[in-house]
Amino acid sequence: MLRLKNVSKKFEELQAVSSVDLNLWERETIVLVGPSGCGKSTLIRLAIGIIAPDEGEVYFKGELVTPENLMEIRRKIGYVIQEGGLFPHLTAIQNIRLVAEYLNWDSDKIKNRIKELTDLTHFPVGALERFPLELSGGQRQRVSLMRALMLDPEMLLLDEPLGALDPMIRADLQDELKEIFRSLGKAVLLVTHDIHEAGFFADEILLMKDGKVLQQGSIRELLDDPVDDFVKKFISAQRNRV
Amino acid sequence: MISKTKRLLLGIVIAANFCLPQESMAGDSKDEVNVGSKKFTESVILGEMAYYLLINNGINVIHKAELGGTQILFKSLVQGELDIYPEYTGTILQEILAGESIKNEDELKDKLASMGILMSEPLGFNNSYVIGMKKEIAEKLNINKVSDLRNYPELKFGFSNEFMDREDGWPSLQRKYNLPQRDVRGIDHDIGYRGLENGSIDVIDLYATDAEIDYYNLKSLEDDLNHFPEYQAVFLYRSDLVTRNPELVKSLLRLEGIISESAMIKLNAEVKLAGKSEGEVASRFLERELNVETEFYQVTIIDKLIQNTYEHLFLVVISLSAAIIIAIPLGIVTYKIPRFGQLLLGLIGVIQTIPSLALIVFMIPLLGIGAKPAIAALFLYSLLPIVRNTYSGLKDIPLQLSESAEALGLPSKVRMMKIELPLASRSILSGIKTAAVINVGTATLGAIIGAGGYGQPILTGIRLDDTGLILQGAIPAALLAFGVQGLFELLEPIFVSKGLRLGENS
Repeated sequence: MLRLKNVSKKFEELQAVSSVDLNLWERETIVLVGPSGCGKSTLIRLAIGIIAPDEGEVYFKGELVTPENLMEIRRKIGYVIQEGGLFPHLTAIQNIRLVAEYLNWDSDKIKNRIKELTDLTHFPVGALERFPLELSGGQRQRVSLMRALMLDPEMLLLDEPLGALDPMIRADLQDELKEIFRSLGKAVLLVTHDIHEAGFFADEILLMKDGKVLQQGSIRELLDDPVDDFVKKFISAQRNRV
Repeated sequence: MISKTKRLLLGIVIAANFCLPQESMAGDSKDEVNVGSKKFTESVILGEMAYYLLINNGINVIHKAELGGTQILFKSLVQGELDIYPEYTGTILQEILAGESIKNEDELKDKLASMGILMSEPLGFNNSYVIGMKKEIAEKLNINKVSDLRNYPELKFGFSNEFMDREDGWPSLQRKYNLPQRDVRGIDHDIGYRGLENGSIDVIDLYATDAEIDYYNLKSLEDDLNHFPEYQAVFLYRSDLVTRNPELVKSLLRLEGIISESAMIKLNAEVKLAGKSEGEVASRFLERELNVETEFYQVTIIDKLIQNTYEHLFLVVISLSAAIIIAIPLGIVTYKIPRFGQLLLGLIGVIQTIPSLALIVFMIPLLGIGAKPAIAALFLYSLLPIVRNTYSGLKDIPLQLSESAEALGLPSKVRMMKIELPLASRSILSGIKTAAVINVGTATLGAIIGAGGYGQPILTGIRLDDTGLILQGAIPAALLAFGVQGLFELLEPIFVSKGLRLGENS
């Protein structure tokens, strides 16, 4: 589905991502995890083409991503970021249908799709006419997810989708999100700094540090067989808190 | 939302276009004659005389009164913006043609003719500097001429500061007449009159036709050694008038030689001291001296207010709409191409630092006098706040929002219209609001170059030292500024999404 081949990205002096390979298959969920500044957000932005790699290539369904086909490809990818990235001047429903309207979907099709999505995300229909600032954090995240799913994309990219939520809501939404991933059967690339969340969602985890992938594998492999001290510390630091 | 903005702008532009033709058609009309005058009372009275005399002959005349300064008027005359204006021979020699060594009247006329300008014969009075004192003291001491002052070294002199410095002022006057007085002070002109009244000063400098000469019962002493250059009042007019309308020139020249010094003093006094209008004074004079029946009508304050409001709004609406239409795209360009944008912002910033009065005057060589140069200057002034706020509004959009927009797969034009501009709308609107308020205030300066508006009564009020008249311009101008600000606050709910306005409370 998605393949990053030996990609590197430098911001001025900072090597944000260096020589990373990533392969995301259909129905698979990969989680990028690591401390802040490790390059995981940069990597997901490379995946959706918001930034272009200095070196290496990005392939979507076997096709090399270029400036020419970028717009087309983005519409096949759903993208959700921390706090939703909702446009504050638009209501929830306007946010959700923005791209569909641009693509001239007819209004019945839009209406039906939004009905499916509110059912899927358990979003109260009455709140659709509200502006983002009138919604709770959890509701905002649902709207953001609905916006990402509107065109029924083949892949979902989520950058800290639950990062801004308080723990209770976060746990509920984690369950729901996992359920949604499972029911939709889409390829998912998710970024988090939380190893629990990573373990909860991931088929495969990429643990990053300083722009490099330190270890790749299931949560079990990371727990049982950490490649170095950093991996061990990263995992145990979060575990010991509990 | 954007289409609403567009529609409103379109409406403004169409409305402006409906207003424009009157202005521009008037300018193009062939048989129209433009009379100008400077912004002091005597010049306005002479302008009104020409106006009423010509209008009586069925000529389509416009009097552009109270224009700022000799150079503006003379250049406008040469360029054809004006056809006629009153001037003084001394000013022509010393100021307009300074540096040309002109020895006599024939050479002066030749020089002017080479520029396409003709000069009338003197109108009958010489408004040069004179030395004056109270009539009763002069009679008591039997002083009639400046040279008589030699016999009274104890007299106290108080001269205007300008006169103390001028080449033909006090130092050379003293030398020429060999005057012995020691008590000589530089004082403000208006204080000079009061000094004469209470006896702290005996002798002051005056203009020959000052209204105050009669009012304070002063005597002008004869310049018996011909010290002061002549400032004969004349009309300057374009030589093409002779072929365009010979009748017109003939009737204008009826004013030659008929205005004596004492008559001009009375006319000035009627305006400055008795508070009559220049038009009334001028038309009465024509009736008396030339038997010309003039249709003088007193303009009411309300009529004037409506006229000024119309002119002011005309300047503001056109310049501001043009600025909005141009500045928002410039702001977008500044955001999209930062390197070019910084250059642009710098350039517009430099324009902003030019004093508004200077900028308006700079426009005259390009656009003449009247509304056009004023609109151009106001347009330039209004650019910066709008460009800057458009740019900063776009720049301040949080990264996560602009990246979300990009990740949705919307092309950049759609992102700009649907997301970025609406997000920047509040900043843009507040830039427009700032520009509008600056614009309304600065537009008052337009009167100096004949654009009218609320500046006109302010200018007249300053000239006549009439606070009431100044307030007739200043109060509506202030109210209009408030009104404009209020209008934009009312527009905010239309242009700025409720979703953004929620943010300011949280």
